[in-house]
Amino acid sequence: MSYRLGIDVGGTNTDAVIIDNDLKVINSVKTPTTEDVSTGIRKAIHLVLKDGDIDKESIKYSMLGTTHCTNAIVERKNLCKVGVIRLGKPATMAIEPMIDWPEDLSKAVSENFTIAHGGFEFDGREIVSLDEEEIKNFLDEVKDKVEAIAITGVFSPISNAQELRVKELVEEVMGNDISVSLSSEIGSLGLLERENAAILNASLSKVAKNISLSFKKALEEEGVLSSEIYLCQNDGTLMSLEHSLKYPILTIACGPTNSIRGAGYLSNLSNAIVLDVGGTTSDIGVIINSFPRESAVAVEIGGARTNFRMPDLISIALGGGTVVKEKDGKVVLGPESVGYKITEEALVFGGKTLTTTDIAVRLGMADIGDKNKVSNIDLNFANRVKDEMYNLILKYIDNMKLTNDNAPLILVGGGSILVPEKIEGISEVICPENHSVANAIGAAIAQISGQCEKVYSLLKISRDDAITEAREIAIKEAVDAGADPESIEIVEIEDIPLAYLPGNATRIKVKAAGNLKSA
Amino acid sequence: MKLSEKEIEQIALGASLLGTGGGGDPHVGKLMALQAVKKHGPVDLIKVEDVPDDALVVPAAMMGAPTVLVEKIPNGNEFIKAFEELGSFLGKKVFATFPIEAGGVNSMIPIAVAANLGLPIVDCDGMGRAFPELQMVTFHLFGETASPMVLADEKGNSVILNAISNKWAENLARNLVVEMGGEAMISIYSLTGKQLKRAAIRNILSYSAEIGKLIMETQASKKDTTEQLINKIKGFKLFKGKITDILRKTTSGFNFGTAKIDGIEENKGDHFSIEFQNENLIAKKDDCVLASVPDLICILDLETATPITTEALKYGRRVTVIGIPCDEKWRTEKGIETVGPRYFGYDIDYVPVEKLIEGGVSK
Repeated sequence: MSYRLGIDVGGTNTDAVIIDNDLKVINSVKTPTTEDVSTGIRKAIHLVLKDGDIDKESIKYSMLGTTHCTNAIVERKNLCKVGVIRLGKPATMAIEPMIDWPEDLSKAVSENFTIAHGGFEFDGREIVSLDEEEIKNFLDEVKDKVEAIAITGVFSPISNAQELRVKELVEEVMGNDISVSLSSEIGSLGLLERENAAILNASLSKVAKNISLSFKKALEEEGVLSSEIYLCQNDGTLMSLEHSLKYPILTIACGPTNSIRGAGYLSNLSNAIVLDVGGTTSDIGVIINSFPRESAVAVEIGGARTNFRMPDLISIALGGGTVVKEKDGKVVLGPESVGYKITEEALVFGGKTLTTTDIAVRLGMADIGDKNKVSNIDLNFANRVKDEMYNLILKYIDNMKLTNDNAPLILVGGGSILVPEKIEGISEVICPENHSVANAIGAAIAQISGQCEKVYSLLKISRDDAITEAREIAIKEAVDAGADPESIEIVEIEDIPLAYLPGNATRIKVKAAGNLKSA
Repeated sequence: MKLSEKEIEQIALGASLLGTGGGGDPHVGKLMALQAVKKHGPVDLIKVEDVPDDALVVPAAMMGAPTVLVEKIPNGNEFIKAFEELGSFLGKKVFATFPIEAGGVNSMIPIAVAANLGLPIVDCDGMGRAFPELQMVTFHLFGETASPMVLADEKGNSVILNAISNKWAENLARNLVVEMGGEAMISIYSLTGKQLKRAAIRNILSYSAEIGKLIMETQASKKDTTEQLINKIKGFKLFKGKITDILRKTTSGFNFGTAKIDGIEENKGDHFSIEFQNENLIAKKDDCVLASVPDLICILDLETATPITTEALKYGRRVTVIGIPCDEKWRTEKGIETVGPRYFGYDIDYVPVEKLIEGGVSK
């Protein structure tokens, strides 16, 4: 028998699970997340291996979902200085790179940018050719000041030829070791958002190296020596360590994705709404064909607007540790929370703060701590708090649904005690076994994917042929990344006509995903 | 009055209300305007009354695909040469610029152009809201022509176009825009000060700024933004509800659809709908019309009162729908013929929103 090790680093806890070849859970642990992240990971690996009675050599795959990159951007720590090249002149001069970034972020990442001649029209014509001297001059000027380069060309998702050529020039001037991020490999249409994603990606080069080295080292030190190592991406699929060095930004927000995928797997549902209740907040997401629904709007990371794929989530300020108050005869829920200090501060644990967990215990919905400590809470008041919580959750669940049809709801995470058994608009409420480590399970079961996103002119190619071509590209990408060709399925086909554009231009996006090739 | 960073933020927000769901995302336009005033200093906002009768005033706008605009951002100096050429063609220098429409991205472009070219901007527009077609401006009602029209691209190409009708201007311009790469900066309806005074909708930029300021301030202090907004704009609350269905179809590049909305709170039990074609056009309770184009129908987020565009409408959103009387210039025979419900294919007569409300259709 061979096994997989899945690890997910959350804001409060680092979880680890071991699952077998049939994806059955063998062991799971939770340990507090540490400030440096890596110590917590190491500890989780140690604990899950110690308690699980398996041969370390038989762990063939190890997957890590981590918040390293998010933290680095939010805290502006360990970020590389980036040389920013936009290929757009004479277009795009009206908005310079990073113009709407928070000042501390642009200071931390880049004060060196150029808008050079280049770019393509929507139909693939060059706006103007590259001026290679202009680019070399910029590189000469910044080569001692920057540690990574980000290149973004106008309409590069339609033609990336110029971005690729500039990458060659960078390597000529600065050598092969410098990390180069191409926007066409990271984001979709929308120049500023794609450029932001490319710059942030480049700025994470050092963090990516650090994750890779420390995860490898932790596994080695714990005796996991013959495992292939992967990092989780925010679309629920995996990338190799080598790949993660090039695209670290794709790991951002993989935590909620893992918990949504884990929820779907544990309850054996491929279409449902998922509610992940934490200590301070709850996330609501949607699982469609076993993958999280992607957000359709621009997502800000550390204050910079980006447009790369992210799970569509609503976060509500309601969790197991949310503080309950009464003001002017009205129930007030939060937004403050006692968070991870719940075991000291909640009434049932002998503390002094009334929390949602205390209400749940008072109403007999949960059996945690000492229920005698909450027996003097007025029952009528407790019921009013419960109604308030239900209404809040119900409203946001309804917001996340796309139609009026009833859908199943899967509960994962710690505070699933806050949710009623029956909810309007929900066909059934499911709280699967192992729900508290759904995120680490999501990491362990993650698949390998490939994607193709291109704009086709339907005057030149039929829609069916265009989709077939895009499917083939996506499947090939998945196989190249290590997916078992037999298991590959097309998980998403999207085709969006571009408004106001003649020539029936249509953006076609296909995603394929398959299981890891078995060891 | 000067337009700098603060006013630009306010106008952009106000424009998203006056855009009545359409007009395109003002984000790119706003960033253009912000960079331009950062580089060249604030823009002078002048009153329509302050434009000399014989001065040449020309609007500035973006024509083409919003999907191209977010990728191929303009250069910012497209109009320098184009305005010079137009000036020598008409034998006058361009005195000032102004927005053709008050909603969406085109509310912002003229601010960027004015800053880059060192021109003042006139506090007026030709719609008092947003509309999708070239002839849907008050200037058309007064017999002004779109020609001579100027198109300019970022590469430095510019064209002065003289068409025999506004329809021809639209057709010729569309083809040029494609050749220019799907997007161009345009100027239509060049006017004299005298013509502007007769046909323009006045004070719309300062009005947008006031609306934006009110939304920002009441949101920050958590006061009832919707009520205060309705008082300010002399509008009417049509209903409150939850979106239960969105039917969309995209035909020849335009975004058509119907939003079905179930009443909540004081409207519980009632069923409403909104018809849109880029902009919101008709609001109904069952089959009874509550408001129709050219009056403004705005969908606001129930809690924050932030205006919602038609692209962002989706199941489950809780909204307040308000109606605002349009400018009197639209409430004429020619106005209704140009932008009334029948022009958009709805078989109903236009009745002003305040009359419909008097009938007591909305509680």
